[in-house]
Amino acid sequence: MLQDLAAVDPHPLAATAARYVGLLPLIPLAGFLVNGALSLVPSYKRGPNDPSAVPHGHDAIGDDHGVSHEGAHGAVGDDRHEVARHPFAAVASVVGPLVLALSFGLAVMLWLAMAGASEMKTPYVQTFFDWMVTGDLKISWAFQLDQLSMIMVLVITGVGTLIHIFSIGYMRDDPGYPRFFAYLNLFVAFMLVLVLGASYPVLFVGWEGVGLCSYLLIGFWFNEKANADAGKKAFIVNRIGDFGFLIAMFLLFANIGTLDFTGLAAAAPGLGYNSALVTTICLFFFLGCAGKSAQLPLYVWLPDAMAGPTPVSALIHAATMVTAGVYLIARSGVLFAMSPTACITVAAVGTLTALFAATIGLKQWDIKKVLAYSTISQLGYMFMGVGAGAYAAGMFHLITHAFFKALLFLGSGSVIFAMHRAYHHTGSHEDAQDMRNMGGLKKYMPVTFVLMWIATLAIAGVPPFSGFFSKDGILGAVFARAQHGALAESTWLGMPGSAVLYVMYGLGLLTAFLTAIYMTRLMLYTFHGPNRTGEAEQAHLAEAPWSMTGPLVVLGVLSAVGGWLNLPAAIPLGPIGVLEKWLEPVVGAATVAVGGAGGEEVMSTEYGLIGAAVAIALLGIIVAVVKLKPAALVPKRDAVPSHGFEQVLEEKYYVDEIYDDAIVKPLVSGSRNILWTGIDRGIIDSLFVNGSAVLARGVGWVGSQLQSGETGAYAWAIAIGALAVLGAFTFR
Amino acid sequence: MQDFLTQINYNAWILPALLLIPLAGAVVLLVTGSLTSDDGTLEAVPSARMIALLFFLAEFVVSMGLWWSYDPSGARWQATYDHWWIIPWNARLSLGIDGISLMMVLLTTVIMPLAVLGSWTSIRTKVRSYYALMLVLTTGMLGVFVSRDMLLFYVMWEIMLVPMYFIIGIWGGERRIYASLKFFVYTMAGSLLMLVGIVYLWNASAVPSMNLPASFDYDRLLAIGHTHKAALWLFGAFFLAFAVKVPMFPFHTWLPDAHVEAPTAGSVVLASIMLKMGTYGFLRFAMPLFPGAAMTPWVRTTILTLAVIGIIYGALVAMVQPDFKKLVAYSSVSHLGFVMLGIFALTLQSVQGALIVMISHGISTGALFLLIGMLYERRHTRLIDAYGGIARVVPLFSTLLVIVSLSSIGLPSTNGFIGEFLVLIGSFRTHPFFAFFATSGVIFAAAYLLWAIQRILFNALDKPENEHMTDLNARELTMMGVLVAAIFWIGIYPQPILRRMEPSASLFVRTVTQGSASVRTAARGDR
Repeated sequence: MLQDLAAVDPHPLAATAARYVGLLPLIPLAGFLVNGALSLVPSYKRGPNDPSAVPHGHDAIGDDHGVSHEGAHGAVGDDRHEVARHPFAAVASVVGPLVLALSFGLAVMLWLAMAGASEMKTPYVQTFFDWMVTGDLKISWAFQLDQLSMIMVLVITGVGTLIHIFSIGYMRDDPGYPRFFAYLNLFVAFMLVLVLGASYPVLFVGWEGVGLCSYLLIGFWFNEKANADAGKKAFIVNRIGDFGFLIAMFLLFANIGTLDFTGLAAAAPGLGYNSALVTTICLFFFLGCAGKSAQLPLYVWLPDAMAGPTPVSALIHAATMVTAGVYLIARSGVLFAMSPTACITVAAVGTLTALFAATIGLKQWDIKKVLAYSTISQLGYMFMGVGAGAYAAGMFHLITHAFFKALLFLGSGSVIFAMHRAYHHTGSHEDAQDMRNMGGLKKYMPVTFVLMWIATLAIAGVPPFSGFFSKDGILGAVFARAQHGALAESTWLGMPGSAVLYVMYGLGLLTAFLTAIYMTRLMLYTFHGPNRTGEAEQAHLAEAPWSMTGPLVVLGVLSAVGGWLNLPAAIPLGPIGVLEKWLEPVVGAATVAVGGAGGEEVMSTEYGLIGAAVAIALLGIIVAVVKLKPAALVPKRDAVPSHGFEQVLEEKYYVDEIYDDAIVKPLVSGSRNILWTGIDRGIIDSLFVNGSAVLARGVGWVGSQLQSGETGAYAWAIAIGALAVLGAFTFR
Repeated sequence: MQDFLTQINYNAWILPALLLIPLAGAVVLLVTGSLTSDDGTLEAVPSARMIALLFFLAEFVVSMGLWWSYDPSGARWQATYDHWWIIPWNARLSLGIDGISLMMVLLTTVIMPLAVLGSWTSIRTKVRSYYALMLVLTTGMLGVFVSRDMLLFYVMWEIMLVPMYFIIGIWGGERRIYASLKFFVYTMAGSLLMLVGIVYLWNASAVPSMNLPASFDYDRLLAIGHTHKAALWLFGAFFLAFAVKVPMFPFHTWLPDAHVEAPTAGSVVLASIMLKMGTYGFLRFAMPLFPGAAMTPWVRTTILTLAVIGIIYGALVAMVQPDFKKLVAYSSVSHLGFVMLGIFALTLQSVQGALIVMISHGISTGALFLLIGMLYERRHTRLIDAYGGIARVVPLFSTLLVIVSLSSIGLPSTNGFIGEFLVLIGSFRTHPFFAFFATSGVIFAAAYLLWAIQRILFNALDKPENEHMTDLNARELTMMGVLVAAIFWIGIYPQPILRRMEPSASLFVRTVTQGSASVRTAARGDR
């Protein structure tokens, strides 16, 4: 049907570079194949027992702090220290980033074509071939290019290229170097499938594919159990979310008979506005989002995912994959707009997650853990935005977050890199990720120091940095939705929607306050105050090479000026609402359906909201600077354990332990003791199967006893039998 | 291709040829050596296995013509063959395939050469007899899939048990005698009642008024009308035979024992092909012959419940197995649960999905057993805890194990996803409740397999005896290459397969739906 339409009225992109949209994921896929082959071939040729690949005398992870996984890679232990440059490292260094750069180049061409095309109201859909077509189920391999997927493609390939370049330096001396780039390339390929898929099932291919790559990369240094555990945990928790995604797809197909986005837009109204059905579908989709984007209650995998190499944390667990849930809701805007209940649920879960994770972030010592909880918290903001039907605001925060959080992770990567090198030189076994072992690094790493402060101000919401504009956009939207529109008028769990949204706005502000505190804390402890790394180590602390700082500089610029992408009307420093206008053809209708047509705030209210947000961010920074004393910190090995609520925060509210005791352990022991030994071996096998064998043997034994060979016994038997027969006939 | 096949009159002789080639191979093996002597000497080994491989490859090449000669638009028997057999009983050697049989036949002819390669170095005693039995087994299995005569089907069904009994009992592990006996008695007990049912059907097929003698012909038996009560009993008899074979919970406990004790190729054949006989039996016989009974609400609900229990129960029990082979055996219970769910949900998508699961389970589980065999040959243990961290020692093996596990988990773009997705999306339309719980199986599948491969491939390389394992050789890579190609082919472009099966699957759905509806109206009319 689509092709018929196209024949009548050719799509504005039909004769442009958009024809090559299929190449977008294929280019990194080719990179994956090359790097994957490189990672396998030499090990095969040289034989598996190459002494440089298998260090002898393994030590049993004698790390007192189970989360310092970077130890496996770098400079901590002597025997675990594998500095073995892969024979094909040079090829991988070219192929890995090059395919990303090529994809980015193609993405820019597509963007130019799209920007040049006048009036692109409908997505450009390209169908390649049938995938699952049977009966009335018709699923094809098809890509869809529209303004929403274009934005995502640019972020993925753009930020992805920078992170690939950073990885050259960061991973240089790792024996698994080509394997790392193979996984990273494969990830980008799947991520592009995710955002380009023209139907839920194709999107799902990317959705689970990126989960696979996340699994492989978290467990990249797989010889440490903690890393492998973290990867497995990520996959399984994500599968719980995927269960929801699948159910939502099944419900959609059973009720509207289609799963592609074009068909959905046409058929969705048939589901009934705010019906139980559409709410159920939306909530099951959101379960998928909660898994992929680490929201309550499925967020637990993301902090553990920091076990992966730091570029992975930047690319997958901050900038791109974890935002897939936000993308999914924006993509399903037509569905969510029909269910105020689902919208408020999404926003509420986002708000609670944002606050919850921010509190944990206050008391973490591992620099990457702080950033991990910060990511969870910022994702919560994004869900607050898309839940409130402010799709453009949510996507805006997604983009700026990709800039400043990638910068924060890569910056922390630089720091860890420097710490590793320093500890390696002295042969020390200290934790290179613990902030208590850092301090005063601004003297040694001035570039990283400045860039990290830019990112910190951006995430804290200080104008004019990017995060200020995007966070303000979300909070403003929530405030506006509380005043009027479909959400304000609906009820949620018996409460008036308006009140719920006002509470969310308040909690959003509170979270912003906490964000400013924990980020300032991170900066103070890492870069300010005296250095706690150690006397001998200080001589070896230094800035990373330019191949690593270069990408940081680019991200720093983007973090600083990214706000100009979508300036609010109240701050006319340039063109107003560029992103909003760009996304209008995709999410405009849904935005209006949730928020109402007007949406124009009174300017005075607008300035009031902005003032509040700025004040709270500055207040947070000031509180942190005044209250926290970096000079009073002691290195990790001398630290005393904390008590009371501080300890609860440091131990992350014990959620992992609770899940373990309440779900994992009972499930495993129940399966082992009740299902397997109880039912399978006990009841079915022993009682029924072998029992029937025993029974048969018993009957046989009785029979064999009868055949005793004694004629006397036979005679008796004959006599009794004859009497019985006679009797039966007589007394009939 | 089609022209060439028409020219050589391919359709006329292909099915009997497929049954005869393996038999001929067995005869060749036997006349070149003696069955009883222990000819496991180095001279005998290469020749026997090479002869077997050649016959299996010939079988494979010849069978591939079916892919092109089969007319995808047809739903009914093709490539039919008919010859007299037991004249007094009116039993005939009548063969034929439809879209369902087609894929099962091709699955068999693809898997068997790989099974031979999997036995290549691991079978060292009574080599000739071993391969001869494998060849006879192949004839039996193919016979089941292509029989249009009920008696012929039954004979093939039973024939197949004998070689497998010996394969487990002679070349198996420590508890092989217990396992092979359990396998034999379990399945035999199941099938005896079916024989009674077949005789009943034969008796009922005679139509004296039209002077039609009793017959075993499938299409004749299909046309018989039964009272609801008789149909229920008959369905029960067939159900037992097939449910044991599937195996459905709670008739599954022969499987873990048989798998663990069987030699690698035995497990491969058992999982890849023989388990499919049970579900094939439901598709071909139990449901079309007695649609009214099969679709009786309580019967259907019971079977759907058992299927869903099987999915979750199989996965949970698999999770706690210390023996990798047993883990995979229980995972089969789970996968076959999806097949049963798809068949009894009775929508076109769910049945097509069930068929794809049958094929892809054959590929993925076969591949898993082959990989376990490779581990076993190197380290002589299948206990998961005996390994750990070997990914850095045997990277090729590890890569393949990860790919195959992912396909078993049902990662999209692999074969496992296609089958499960179609089963679930189809079942959800008629039985959302069952489909909902079945979907949770995707979580548990990830749990048991990822946990297992973590303990084998990842974690610390802390056992010295694992540090010197050798990675895969060319023979092993060839085997796995074929299967991995199939995994991605079915995962990315299953359409050629779906297209060939669709008319037959749709006919199945129509037959059962209409049959059960007419039975119901007839029942209402009578009483």
